[in-house]
Amino acid sequence: MTARLKRLGLRGRNLVTAVPYLWLIVFFLIPFAIVLKISFSTTQIAMPPYEPLLHWAGEKMLQIQLNLANFAFLVQDDLYGTAYLNSIWVAGVSTLICLLIGYPIAYAIARSSPSTRNILMLLVVLPFWTSFLLRVYAWIGILKNNGLLNNFLLWIGVIDQPFQMLQTDFAVYVGIVYSYLPFMILPLYANLEKLDLTLLEAAEDLGCRPWQAFYKVTLPLSKPGIIAGCLLVFIPAVGEFVIPSLLGDPGMLMIGKVLWTEFFNNRDWPVASAVAIALLLFLVIPIMFYQRAQDAEAGGGVHR
Amino acid sequence: MSTSPRAAQQKFEPWKDPEAKPYVRIEKITKQFGDFLAVDDVSLDIYKKEIFCLLGASGCGKTTLLRMLAGFERPTSGRIYIDGVDMTSIPPYERPVNMMFQSYAVFPHMTVEQNVAFGLKQEGLPRTEIAKRVVDMLDLVKLGQFAKRKPHQLSGGQRQRVALARSLVKKPKLLLLDEPLAALDKKLREHTQFELINIQETLGVTFIVVTHDQEEAMTLSSRIGLMNHGEIIQVGTPSEMYEYPASRFAAEFIGSVNMFEGRLIEDEPSYVRIECDDLEVPIYVDHGISSSPGATVWAAIRPEKIMMSREKPQQADNWASAIVQDIAYMGDMSIYLLRLDSGKVVRITQPNTYRHADDRITWDERVHLSWHPESPVVVTK
Ligand SMILES: Nc1ncnc2c1ncn2[C@@H]1O[C@H](COP(=O)(O)OP(=O)(O)O)[C@@H](O)[C@H]1O
Ligand SMILES: [Mg+2]
Repeated sequence: MTARLKRLGLRGRNLVTAVPYLWLIVFFLIPFAIVLKISFSTTQIAMPPYEPLLHWAGEKMLQIQLNLANFAFLVQDDLYGTAYLNSIWVAGVSTLICLLIGYPIAYAIARSSPSTRNILMLLVVLPFWTSFLLRVYAWIGILKNNGLLNNFLLWIGVIDQPFQMLQTDFAVYVGIVYSYLPFMILPLYANLEKLDLTLLEAAEDLGCRPWQAFYKVTLPLSKPGIIAGCLLVFIPAVGEFVIPSLLGDPGMLMIGKVLWTEFFNNRDWPVASAVAIALLLFLVIPIMFYQRAQDAEAGGGVHR
Repeated sequence: MSTSPRAAQQKFEPWKDPEAKPYVRIEKITKQFGDFLAVDDVSLDIYKKEIFCLLGASGCGKTTLLRMLAGFERPTSGRIYIDGVDMTSIPPYERPVNMMFQSYAVFPHMTVEQNVAFGLKQEGLPRTEIAKRVVDMLDLVKLGQFAKRKPHQLSGGQRQRVALARSLVKKPKLLLLDEPLAALDKKLREHTQFELINIQETLGVTFIVVTHDQEEAMTLSSRIGLMNHGEIIQVGTPSEMYEYPASRFAAEFIGSVNMFEGRLIEDEPSYVRIECDDLEVPIYVDHGISSSPGATVWAAIRPEKIMMSREKPQQADNWASAIVQDIAYMGDMSIYLLRLDSGKVVRITQPNTYRHADDRITWDERVHLSWHPESPVVVTK
């Protein structure tokens, strides 16, 4: 009886752990496999707009045809290289700005009294209650030549003619930083909030001024929060499409826009898939290795 | 009661020397949180090389007083002098004082070695000197082979020693220890108590130790400051605190005691007689006290100072008759709970000198208690 229960219990536990795996298989691995498959295919005017990988050659022979030309194309045309580098640069700078703004905010919230803390956190996530697209559109109204910001600057007399902000890199940075800031603040706050304040007192007791205690204790201990926040901002920002197309210079090459053009304007699904796969390989794999190294260094330590 | 290892040494009693200058002077310190008085008008003089224990129940303000010495809290009023210098408004990082936190507060992102070196690096000492002092200190606290470990790879006792080493390596004039042994198990705690005393004597640092454990205070300290509700109730050596408690609270907090409430019926300079409702005959004490006849007083008698026999004592005072209600065999001694005819239960202890004693007094026997005239301590509050 107990043995059977135990077996049942074990099976129940397996079921529970199976849920996230199932989720990843259905919503990540299978779509990824499909995109990978398309990236090795050749475009054709049909529905779907690419050739199948598998052919029946004769009666009983299944032939697989991998087309590597799409990937070769990415290397040959330096449009793609430029777009990748541009995207990584923009995402990197935006991540840095988010960190510089987000860290003090997260720190201040974590140090405020428990009741104000909840209100402030609510305010941080409040923008999520309106559509992302609407919020980006709102920035057009603020940044355009006769928009809110220019009119304000004209009114206080800092400038005497409107200042071109929309359709510049500046607008893209503003849009990305604004949209992704909460993703920086949330993990940082979660980390800073559980910092043991007696560690700071211990540092002061051993001769640190408050800023030195911050630099030697708070900052290194918040590293996991910094990494989590940066990844949460950087990864989606690299593939960002909406913000550069609405706020940025139409000529600005970003990999998200290239992807869109390949899919919907050129209807070249195989090349578009190759772009997506390359993006994944360039970004996610180094990040995975980096995280594994971090975990090994922490040695199952403090934040577990 | 444990005996202090200091008792065996030559007399160390700077507080009795009118010439001696106190090393730490706490002058009328008060600390309020809102309208709550956490520390209430405390004045203390603590001398060089003392181990001074602040003893008191949880919440009585010990930590708050210690944190004011370290500089983490500003007193609401009063002043603190260390080595003659007014420290009241000096920030913690400029005080010649180090604190060992109750939670140890060992830096989790640094190895044992880095933790110990932290304060020295902060002083900007040369690298070779830092390395040498860290090695010496780790040897002293027997952590040499753990130098490269991170705190999460250490046991509680080892973390405690990292915290101790980290604060001692700075060679502070004064080390503040907040419940340094509370998180350790009993065996380790007793062992560490003696280690602490050895280290303190080796380095000649002045210790102020906070504890809620009276046995720990008795073992460690040169003097004890007993606290209650933010006030210092009594200051004295462990034996003074035990043998001459100044109040019912002090008598009951340190060790166990039998408290007899009564009225002063004879009040002479050389003796007093106290009549108690619980006793058939008066208590006779062979020294005078300063109180007026008829006043309510309490006579406190320690369990080991009461004798027990089957025969009725010959003396007129200082005895009682009782029934054995319970016996607890503790190995080295036995505790007897004896019920007086009034219903009051008296606790006495007897050493188990002989392994087999067939005529040992046992349950439900009628016995007689007696004590010497010098044994009771009379307190008036
Ligand atoms: N920062 C603070 N704010 C308000 N009350 C406090 C603060 N620190 C301590 N107290 C109160 O002061 C009293 C004494 O605390 P503490 O010194 O920590 O006691 P102990 O160390 O003797 O257990 C407690 O009742 C505690 O609640
Ligand atoms: Mg405390």
